[in-house]
Amino acid sequence: MESTILKTVDYNAYFGDNHVVKNVNIEIPKNQVVAVMGPSGCGKTTFLRGINRMHELIPGATAKGKIFLNNEDVLDMHPIFVRLKIGMVFQRPNPFPNLSIYDNVIAGYKLNGIKLPKDERDRIVEHSLNRVALWNEVKDSLTKKGSFLSGGQQQRLCIARAVAMEPEVLLFDEPTSALDPISTSTVEELFHELKKNYTLVIVTHNMQQAARVSDRTAFFYLGELVEFDDTKKMFTNPTDQRTQNYITGRFS
Amino acid sequence: MTQMEIELSSVKTEVMSMWNLVESQLQKVRTAMLHMDRDLAREVVLKEKRVNAFELKIDRDCENIFALFCPVAVDLRFLLAALKINSNLERIGDIAEGIARYVIENAGEFDHVIFQRTHLNQMFDEAINILQDTRIAFESEDTSLARSIFKRDEVLDTINVNALGIVADCIKENLDITKDALYVLSIIRKLERVGDQTKNMAEEIIFYVEAKVLKHVNKS
Repeated sequence: MESTILKTVDYNAYFGDNHVVKNVNIEIPKNQVVAVMGPSGCGKTTFLRGINRMHELIPGATAKGKIFLNNEDVLDMHPIFVRLKIGMVFQRPNPFPNLSIYDNVIAGYKLNGIKLPKDERDRIVEHSLNRVALWNEVKDSLTKKGSFLSGGQQQRLCIARAVAMEPEVLLFDEPTSALDPISTSTVEELFHELKKNYTLVIVTHNMQQAARVSDRTAFFYLGELVEFDDTKKMFTNPTDQRTQNYITGRFS
Repeated sequence: MTQMEIELSSVKTEVMSMWNLVESQLQKVRTAMLHMDRDLAREVVLKEKRVNAFELKIDRDCENIFALFCPVAVDLRFLLAALKINSNLERIGDIAEGIARYVIENAGEFDHVIFQRTHLNQMFDEAINILQDTRIAFESEDTSLARSIFKRDEVLDTINVNALGIVADCIKENLDITKDALYVLSIIRKLERVGDQTKNMAEEIIFYVEAKVLKHVNKS
């Protein structure tokens, strides 16, 4: 039976007076891939950044409502702890350019002042790189800078960096929009593997990607969650006319 | 209109043209059968190639749209329905050709008494009528009209079920008409399949418009 890992109740987000996310109620099941789609400016990225409390880092940004991670309100937790539990991967691969591949993977521990013995660090690096199918490609060049890798490898390194903290949820903000089709395909395959251990929420503009990789899809429009359903249903027989208009390209 | 809408509209136009041609084939073969017009029957056989060409063209166009536009939701359902309707129409075209060949092969006249007793004319008319109405339902996305086809197909089924006994009686009464009687029975069997194919197309229209699957469901 599916269990809910992440749930929002009447979640609202603002930039000053601008109400960008409106009363979103959603329940995200554990170990599933959820795609979030919608036209530009619909609030999907703001919603994603609200989940691990990155939204509030922007001056003037505020949020109301509740976000529960395993029944604990994220808004009552320390933001650093939230981001350990809910990792995030961004649109452009952003490995630390001055750090080695090895150090990039364990950067989360270093930046949070968590000291680990060498053999434990080694284990985490190998485990995380294996999780993102990068270990075999970089195991002989762990001391090289992360920036030497290709775009697709860099993005997988960023995912390994998020995975290294053993989060429960991984958030992706258009994770393949800067990648070529082969790297995109590799990352998409990775989503299928990652969902065995994590819950994935992916904001994407690519509807075919949403259809390929996700179990469920959420459609946002003008800050509202219009529809959230099984991906197969969303792409064959959506309930809301606005969803149908969007996915068939008839949006005015 | 988006490019995909233009492409989908073009497929719909092609399906409609094929539908008109298949209807015309059935009407011509009905006339050919009633009047033993072998020239008209030969025309039906020749025009079957056009029906086949339509099938190939619609198949190819649908494949291209799948490959190039990745249709979803109502567009996806429309294309899936169009592909199946295409296949159903082609089979009805084959049936018309098959009946036309009976007309060509039969050296004499058909015995019209068997036509009357089996209600073959009525069956032919109803087969053509439901085919026309299903086309209208497809064109206007009228699912009420599509649903009405299921009931009307029962007329064809009933005539088909009764035909064997009637034809057997006719043969018992006059052995000289055995060959004609067997032709008539074959034509009735073929027209019953026209009804089934038309019913399948009506199901596809409902699937495309309402996203409801009515296959293998009791519709009475």
